[in-house]
Amino acid sequence: MANPITSLRIEHITKRFPGIVACSDISLSVGKGEVLALVGENGAGKTTLMNILMGLYTPDEGKIYINNKEVVFKSPSDAFACGIGMVHQQYMLVPNLTVTENVALGMRQMMDGRDGDTTLDKFKRAVKLDLASVRRHIVAISEHYGLSVDPDAYIWQLSVGEQQRVELVKTLCFGAKFLILDEPTSALTPQETDELIELLRRMSHELSIIFISHKLAEVKALSNKVAILRGGKLVFRGNTADHSAADIAALMTGHQVYLPVNQSSKAPGKPMLEVHDLFVRGDRGNMALNKLNLTVRAGEIVGLAGVSGNGQRELAEALTGLRAIESGEVSLDGVSLVGRTPKQIIAQGMGYVPEERNIEGIVPSMSIRENLVLKDIGKPPYSTVGVISNARISANAEKMREEFDIRCSGVNVAAGSLSGGNIQKVILAREISRGPKFLIAVYPIRGLDLGAAEFIHKQLLALRDSGVGILLISEELEEVINLSDRIAVIFKGQIQRTLGRGEATQRKLGMMMAGVKEI
Amino acid sequence: MKNFKLVYTIGVILLAVLLTLGIASLVLAVLGADVLKTFWVIFCYPFTSFKNLSGVINIMTPLTLVGIGICVAYRSGIMNIGGEGQMLIGLLCAIVFALYSGIEGPLSIPLIMLVGMAGGAVWGFFPGILKSKFGVSELLSTVMFNYIATQLYAYCLRVPLLDPAVAGGAGDPQTVKLAESQWLPRINEVIENVPKGTRFHIGILIAIALAVVVYLFMWKTPVGFKMRAAGASDRAARYGGISVSAYLVLAMIISGACCGLAGTVEILGVHHRGLGNCTGGYGFSGIVVALFGGLHPLGVIPAAFFFALISYGCSALQINKIPVPSNMIDVLLGLMIMVIVAAKLIIANPYLMDHVQHTVTKLINKKEGGADA
Amino acid sequence: MLDFIVLFLTVGIPLSSALLLASLGETVNQRSGVFNLGCEGVMSMGAFVGMLIPYMVGGSGTVAWYVNVAGLLSAALVGALLGLLYGLVVIKFSAPQGIAGIGLQLFGTGLAGTFYRHFIGGAEGVAGISSIRIPVLCDLPILGKMLFSCNPMVYVAFLMVPTVHYILFKTPWGLRVRACGTMPRAADSMGINVSRTRYQALAFGSAMAGLAGAYLSLCYAKIFTDTLVGGRGFIAVALVYFGRWSPLGVMGGALLFSLAQALQLAVQAYGFAAFPYEFLVMLPYALVIVVLVFVGKSKHVGPAMLGKPFNREMRT
Repeated sequence: MANPITSLRIEHITKRFPGIVACSDISLSVGKGEVLALVGENGAGKTTLMNILMGLYTPDEGKIYINNKEVVFKSPSDAFACGIGMVHQQYMLVPNLTVTENVALGMRQMMDGRDGDTTLDKFKRAVKLDLASVRRHIVAISEHYGLSVDPDAYIWQLSVGEQQRVELVKTLCFGAKFLILDEPTSALTPQETDELIELLRRMSHELSIIFISHKLAEVKALSNKVAILRGGKLVFRGNTADHSAADIAALMTGHQVYLPVNQSSKAPGKPMLEVHDLFVRGDRGNMALNKLNLTVRAGEIVGLAGVSGNGQRELAEALTGLRAIESGEVSLDGVSLVGRTPKQIIAQGMGYVPEERNIEGIVPSMSIRENLVLKDIGKPPYSTVGVISNARISANAEKMREEFDIRCSGVNVAAGSLSGGNIQKVILAREISRGPKFLIAVYPIRGLDLGAAEFIHKQLLALRDSGVGILLISEELEEVINLSDRIAVIFKGQIQRTLGRGEATQRKLGMMMAGVKEI
Repeated sequence: MKNFKLVYTIGVILLAVLLTLGIASLVLAVLGADVLKTFWVIFCYPFTSFKNLSGVINIMTPLTLVGIGICVAYRSGIMNIGGEGQMLIGLLCAIVFALYSGIEGPLSIPLIMLVGMAGGAVWGFFPGILKSKFGVSELLSTVMFNYIATQLYAYCLRVPLLDPAVAGGAGDPQTVKLAESQWLPRINEVIENVPKGTRFHIGILIAIALAVVVYLFMWKTPVGFKMRAAGASDRAARYGGISVSAYLVLAMIISGACCGLAGTVEILGVHHRGLGNCTGGYGFSGIVVALFGGLHPLGVIPAAFFFALISYGCSALQINKIPVPSNMIDVLLGLMIMVIVAAKLIIANPYLMDHVQHTVTKLINKKEGGADA
Repeated sequence: MLDFIVLFLTVGIPLSSALLLASLGETVNQRSGVFNLGCEGVMSMGAFVGMLIPYMVGGSGTVAWYVNVAGLLSAALVGALLGLLYGLVVIKFSAPQGIAGIGLQLFGTGLAGTFYRHFIGGAEGVAGISSIRIPVLCDLPILGKMLFSCNPMVYVAFLMVPTVHYILFKTPWGLRVRACGTMPRAADSMGINVSRTRYQALAFGSAMAGLAGAYLSLCYAKIFTDTLVGGRGFIAVALVYFGRWSPLGVMGGALLFSLAQALQLAVQAYGFAAFPYEFLVMLPYALVIVVLVFVGKSKHVGPAMLGKPFNREMRT
């Protein structure tokens, strides 16, 4: 087993990806028993830096020192051997293997044998996987840290919270003395988050921890040191206790944040989207939406808050005709949408900004101008008597590029080569220019820089003022509170309650997202 | 280095060509053949006479047609390796129609071709619908349909369509000859001053016309646009209101029709009757042609010419007294497929390009540094 | 009637062996996330190489045994090498596997045909490996003929079913293979070399395909022809889907397919000449399609990332 890690230091780490420097000359150090919070916006280079520390990426420049000795990690097993372990944001568990098998997979001594094994031992290990001893190891670790896991369950049977415990146990089984956690709370309810933070605080007596987050409350609660990354550069290092959350936020974004806020007092119009007793199945055949009721009026933004996985995706897909409706009624401007194809629903005036903009919102290999007319290609003015008019498609693209500030070298480049913010602008330009009656926006600013986020929020507010009904699905409570006229909280496929703009606070919403109905 | 991308692309292509020729030379050397002479026969011999060249163009014709079909399918997100079966069913339908409808005269040829296309379309429709409705991989189903078509065709040749002249004899089963008015005209019957005495038929004109039509369809009409969008990203297309599964089936129908036409043209132009083994493996080599042509209907035309050239060259090896069996063509095709697909990915991979660029820059700097010192 | 059934089964079991070996190999390939449609080409090369040494050296008695074993081993070796070549194209360069597989298929069958004409030529066969009669048991009525007087490679093929099952589900290597096919990112994050594991799986699977080819030339037909493999490689790939990536399921598929084929041969042998036998030849292929329709898409069983190249730094 590895020696205890008394200090970990990285110096002048630089990592380039084609067209982007993900980490630029970053130096950091973590001592024994310290908890370092690595803070920054999406795309600031936090995850890349940690993947370098785990041996997943090789840095282009820079060195890593453990206990003042230089180490070179070629693969994660080198990092494990030094006692570093990481819980990735997207869990690295193989769904069709059991918990025990997943843990065995990464245990080098189980897979390849220990140093000093005789040939016979090696042979035995190669022909027989000793799952029983792995299982004992898991049970011991989970008891020691109070992490309950079922070693015989298949990963696909487990909930998100359970999977995270498996990830932690797995990492500890590999002998981690130094834990890296990448946004560990992003899929948890506020209550689960509290439990996790409590657990990590206990563990920090025995281990050093780096945890990545952009939720400042957690940073304040857990860490004793904080490092802030912005655009691939380290912009700040210091003690957490010496700085307020607002200071850290300002450093994180580079300027004071003023996201637009919905201040309109214009009264909403007639009901535009009406959902009544909606039942829809999820991918696993479970009832993902369970008698859901919701009304959105014209000229109103309704924010749908909730922990992801509570039916948001299924709701958006059912409303756009992409997922079959089991029973219930959905109508847009008085016309029923049940049993309609996506094409018919689009023709009815439904706009959609989907969750995964790169693969659902655009056809990445097609040009910007083609993506801008994806939904209207068969209609005048873009095609007449069955022939496409390239001139009109280009003219439209140039107009959109101007209006929506799409930054590109030309409208003929592949849409997939744009940055996330510009892709989102392409999608928004397409949806808004079609003159929709209703728009569903799912996580519209996830992963975007603040400039793009501000632009998109302004567009949504302007669209609202022009009388369009908007359903805004988001996990970011701040976004929901800023933009919405009313906020509906979704939990286990039902709307818990709907609050007016004035009533909603982060705390209240957090409780309701966790399933508490009356506060 | 601004032009690095161009240099890189050309470099990779050159490497790919060299690699293919290298491995092929190795095989030839093992066979004890004179490598240079073999390559001369494969690449240059077809140009030595008009008869040879017209032979090349007659091979190019079905290759172009199948290649176009593969392009349509591939662009729409489905890989059609059932060209062989679609050709067979297409030409079978065409023969039956030609023999039993009693149709004669100038209209007969286009009508027979339409029937052939319909036959191929039906055979393309099955794997299409199986994929869109039941998620059956087209890679497997099209291969199965090839075998079924082969057997169906073999049965028809052996029993209902058997030429009485060979019945009971030792000859290979075949059908009776089609009426002469149903044959595709030879090119010298259409264009003056073309030497006579070859089988050079006008099918190539049909193939080129179809390439243009399919290009216009795929790039200039909304239906073609939607098919390409569905093929490029099925999820984005579905979210954009495009019925991906319907366009998938349509793509397979069109693809099958192109292959069916290839088979029909082969019968009307070359064989004039149904024979065993009259598809010449074009259903498979058409895949290479489509890939080589950049999966673009117009690119298919030169690609088909190139492949017709080497396949004619390979078949001419024996008469040029080179001890290399004509199976060599499959070796070349297989090699080229693997090298092309790998090279394409290498060219399109920005990470690899970046890496190479860095290494090259480093090397150059080192050299310059060394020179300074 | 009984004769008919016995004939049907005694023909069917040897027929299934080549398919079984090849599709067990393909199962391992696919479990690691690589789809090898070039199996047909690998089998062709295996068939040619497998009979090359026995043809060249000849011999009889014990010598013949050694020579035949050398033939089998060389077939496996060439298969593995072809697998690694394919791996270079689809793993190292992430080429699309469907097309690259067709390339391998053409390359393999073309090369086998070319070399066969050069090194062996004509319609010359080999003595090959003959069936063995297991003492006592082979004298059992019916079963003796059916099960206990088969070619040794038939027993090898069927023994490979539990062996491959054990390898996949009870050894560290098998665990790695399964992880790489389902979630290579996770395997990678745990320090497993995804590419290396996939290369190994390809080498193993293709060696099995080579062996399957050698079975055809050395044990079954005792001769090589261009059509000897006759699409068995493609069927083998289909059978892996059919068997839901489990060795036992694959065996069921191979038996079902071969029995359908044997039925056709038995019908022909019994001289129902008027019956258009082509329709019986079609039957197994149609059967595969029908089964593929009904197999459906059950989750959490097969390798989820089948056919998807893995590149750690490629950010999506």
